Amino acid sequence: MGPSQPLLVANNLGRCLGERWLWRGVSFDLAAGECLGLVAPSGAGKTLLMRNLVLLDPCQQGEVRFAGKTPAEWTMPTYRTQVMYMPQRPAALDGTVQENLERVFELAVYGQQHFDPDKIESWLQQLGRSPDFLHLQAARLSGGEAQILALLRGLQVNPPVLLLDEPTASLDGDATTRVEGLLSNWLQQPDHACVFTSHDTAQIHRVADRQLNLGDFT
Amino acid sequence: MESRYIIISYGQLALSALLILVNVGLSMALKLGLARSLVIATLRMVVQLLLIGIVLEWLFTQDNPWVIVVISLVMTSVAGMAAVNRTQQRFVGIYWNSLLSVLASSALVTGFAMAGIIQVQPWYDPQYLIPLLGMVLGNTLNGISLGLDRFMEGLASQQDQIEMLLTLGATRWEAAHHQVRDAIRVGMIPTINSMMVMGLVSLPGMMTGQILAGANPIDAVRYQIVIMFMIAAGTALGVFGVVLFAYYRLFSADHQLRLDHLYQARR
Repeated sequence: MGPSQPLLVANNLGRCLGERWLWRGVSFDLAAGECLGLVAPSGAGKTLLMRNLVLLDPCQQGEVRFAGKTPAEWTMPTYRTQVMYMPQRPAALDGTVQENLERVFELAVYGQQHFDPDKIESWLQQLGRSPDFLHLQAARLSGGEAQILALLRGLQVNPPVLLLDEPTASLDGDATTRVEGLLSNWLQQPDHACVFTSHDTAQIHRVADRQLNLGDFT
Repeated sequence: MESRYIIISYGQLALSALLILVNVGLSMALKLGLARSLVIATLRMVVQLLLIGIVLEWLFTQDNPWVIVVISLVMTSVAGMAAVNRTQQRFVGIYWNSLLSVLASSALVTGFAMAGIIQVQPWYDPQYLIPLLGMVLGNTLNGISLGLDRFMEGLASQQDQIEMLLTLGATRWEAAHHQVRDAIRVGMIPTINSMMVMGLVSLPGMMTGQILAGANPIDAVRYQIVIMFMIAAGTALGVFGVVLFAYYRLFSADHQLRLDHLYQARR
């Protein structure tokens, strides 16, 4: 991958509900090291744009590319390990937090990779959580704890591009600061980038290098 | 043909209708509001059965395999449609899915039983084919509607977990195989349960019928065992087929869960 090539390219994306276009003509490039803040009035379809970027919903218009290749060229499961979407209200499977983290490596796409407890514990430390967090039942986690589980679950497979949908919406001030710190460290690695949404404009200004306003594409 | 059983006359039939007065009486006394439904259900049952009696009597005199095949196809289609009509949610193509699954499973199982096990001559002898097919269809349609309902409900209620797996790079099969298995299991459970208590709690209708008609109980039991194996295999194949079809319909080749393909049945 050349240094000038953007990691993620969205080209002329559009989404309609029934007859009405929610947004159309959405194009952007995401360069390595960049954090793009996605802003829009609520209900404008930020989540739908993120779902479109990982093809959870079919693209009604336009295309996305990661490292120059379309999702079909990557094959969809591989593409989604490269461009990973984290929804605002993350889901968990039955079992403990650790079992949820381990379960990811059962997916064929991760081949021989396996769960790394040291890496997780060092992240937990940065987030101010004790290692006991790993033994909690995932189904009984609070909203904020579930967001932390989702973050660890995604980060452990090291996706180059993260799409974070309100990743700190259920966290308190201190935990939010710690998550922002962890993400900013993570972004320091070569060829990593993220798209970030937040209802908190101050946070967007803090974490994002530039903003994309979906309201401009209605 | 000399009959070894007592023929029920129309007068005796009328006498038996007195039994339904128990229901009518209870409904009126307790104001259950069921009187109207009871009357309609009673009339429908009587008329439908008398008609099918006439149809079967005509059918059993038929010697043309095509007539039997067409009648079998009609029965199969009705079963396929009825299975879908019991479900809460639908998707485009669900009727074809159900129809094909019922057709393939019942044709395989009934064909094997007629030609391979009982070895009926000729293979289409309606006296055997029609009742056997009817029993297989009745149970398969039950399993299919249970399995379909469970699958669609499972996808809707576990959408978040399924999509979570997809976003982590799961294939559609890795994301959905729990729901597929669960649906097939639910479709097969009634058959297993009924086999468990058969003969202890329930005396199967077909066996009872043969015994009333004068068959040796041991012979009747043998038929019942064959039919239960047919039902078990037919239900398993039918549920497997219909759930697999639904899986391919509701998960795209791009590994997307397409719940937008589901719609509520209009009642």
